[in-house]
Amino acid sequence: MENALIVDGLRKRYGHTTAVDGVSFEVAPGEIFGILGENGSGKTTTVECVQALRRADSGSVRVFGVDPQADRARLRSIVGSQLQESELPDRLRVWEALDLFSAISPASADWRELLADWGLADKRDTAFASLSGGQRQRLLVALALVNRPRLVFLDEMTTGLDPSARRVAWDLIDEIRARGTTVVLVTHFMDEAERLCDRLAVFQRGRIIAEGTPPGLVDAHAGEAAVFFTTDLADLSWLADAQGVERIERTGSHVSVRGTGPLLAYTAAALVAHGIAPTDLRSERRSLEDAFLALTTAEAEVAT
Amino acid sequence: MALRKLTWVELKLFTRDPLSLVFTLALPFFFLVVLNGVFGNEPEIDPVEDVWRGVGPADYYVPAYLGLVMAAVGVLSMPVRLATYRESGVLRRFRASAMPLWAVLGSQIVIALLTSVVGAVSITIASALIYDTGFPTDVALLVPAFFLAALSFAALGVVLGSVLPTARSAQGAGIMLFFVMFLLSGSGPPRDVLSDGMRTVGNALPLTHVVTLLQDPWLGFGWATSASLVVAGILVGSVALSIRFFRWE
Repeated sequence: MENALIVDGLRKRYGHTTAVDGVSFEVAPGEIFGILGENGSGKTTTVECVQALRRADSGSVRVFGVDPQADRARLRSIVGSQLQESELPDRLRVWEALDLFSAISPASADWRELLADWGLADKRDTAFASLSGGQRQRLLVALALVNRPRLVFLDEMTTGLDPSARRVAWDLIDEIRARGTTVVLVTHFMDEAERLCDRLAVFQRGRIIAEGTPPGLVDAHAGEAAVFFTTDLADLSWLADAQGVERIERTGSHVSVRGTGPLLAYTAAALVAHGIAPTDLRSERRSLEDAFLALTTAEAEVAT
Repeated sequence: MALRKLTWVELKLFTRDPLSLVFTLALPFFFLVVLNGVFGNEPEIDPVEDVWRGVGPADYYVPAYLGLVMAAVGVLSMPVRLATYRESGVLRRFRASAMPLWAVLGSQIVIALLTSVVGAVSITIASALIYDTGFPTDVALLVPAFFLAALSFAALGVVLGSVLPTARSAQGAGIMLFFVMFLLSGSGPPRDVLSDGMRTVGNALPLTHVVTLLQDPWLGFGWATSASLVVAGILVGSVALSIRFFRWE
C-alpha cells in the first residue's frame, strides 16, 4: 500500500543554525507515528516543512504521493493540522469556528457531528477564550479533522493540559486512528509516546537518532532489565545459564537478576524448571524514558 | 464562500469587541459633541478672521469626522486585530487550513468599509438632528471621494498590521498616530489656527488629505484634485507595501 508520508533527506537551516539536518522517515497508513525529542530538536520544523508551512532547503516530501510545495491545495485537502501555539479569536464561539473552517474545505465533515463526537455539544455557544485548556484542545483537534483528512498532525497537543485532560486527549487520539486516519504525533512526553505510538522516531539536534516501536526502542536502548524474587535455596548457579541473564546478586534471601531481552519470562521459566515458584517474582519496568535518556546522552557524548 | 463566511464571522467579532466599537464609532462622536459644543455653528462673517472655510464650525466638522472614523479603523482597529491574529497564531491556523489570503484581508477591508459607512451615516444624521448641520452638497462627487478615502485607510490598516509585530506595538503606534492626526489634520483645531510647523507635519499625515477630499464635495467646493491624488497614492503604496511585508507569522 502507498505510504501515508515519505520524508527523504529533509534539511532546513535558519541562518547559522541547522534546525533539521537530513531527516528521513516513512509513515504507513493507519499508523500513529511519534516524533519524540527535546525542545529545539527539530520536531516542529520538520512537520511544518512537511505541511508546506515552511520551505525546506533540500529533501523531498510526499504525503499520499502529493508533493506539498508543488500542490498545496491538494495537500490541504488531505491533511489536518493541530498546530502548536495557534489560537482562535477570543470571542469566536465554538460553533462559529467549526462552521467557518468547514466552509473553507470543499469535502468537509458535518461539523455538528464533530461537535458531538468531541464532547463540545454543550459548549456550542461558548467563546474560545472561555473554554478550558482541555476544551480548547478538543476544539482544535475537531478543527483539524473538519476537512476529513487522511493524515493528521498533532503538535504538542497535550502540553499545558492537566493529567486528566491528557488522558482524555489520549483517548481522542485512539479514536482518530480508529476512524482510519493516520496520525503524526509530535511530543516531548515519553509516557504519551509509549502509550499511543505504533512507531516513533527520536529526534536530537535535527537528526533522527533512533527509530522503532516503543518496546523495540526500550529493549534496544533502555539498558539492563532487572528481575527480583526471594528464595531460601542456597545454590542458584544454574540460573546464570538461563537465556539473557548476565549477573545475579543476592542479599540473604533477596535475589536480583540483571540481563537483557525478555528477562522476566526466561527467569520464570528457569525457576519453574527447577521447581521454584516464588510468589513475589517481579521485574523492574524499563520505560521509553530510560531508552530516551540513554540514547540522547550517548549521542550528546559523541557530539562533544 | 470563504470570504463571505469569514466576513460574517469578523463582523460578529467586531460587534462583540467593545474597544473597537468605542474607538471607531463612539470616540469620533464624542469629539463631535465637544467641538460643536465649543464652537457652535455660526459662520465667521469677517473673511480675514475666518478659519472655517466660510461655513459654520459644525458644518466644517461633519465631513472631517467622517474621515476620523476611517482613520480610527485604519490605524487603531485593523492593525491591532491583524497583529493580534498573527501573535496568537490565528493567521497560522488560517494558513494551515488553506484559508486564502485574499479572504483574510478582504474580510478586514469589507469590515473597514462597513464601519466607515455606518460611522458616516450616524454622524451625519446625529449632527443634523442635534446641531442642525447640513447634508452633503455634491453627493455625486462625495461618494467616490468617500470610498477612495475609506479604502485608502483600510489598506493603510493592512500595512500597519503587517509591519507591527505584536498587538501591543500596534496599539501603541496606532493610538499615537490617531491622536497626532486628529490634532493636526483639521479634524481637531481648524488648520488655519495651526502654526506653520504644525501645518507642515499635518501635510505629511494621510488624514489631512482625507479631510480635504471629503470636505470639498461636501461643502460644494468641487473635487479636491491634489488631495485625491495623495490619497490614491497612499492606497497604491499601501497595497504594494502589504504585498511586500505581509507575514502569516
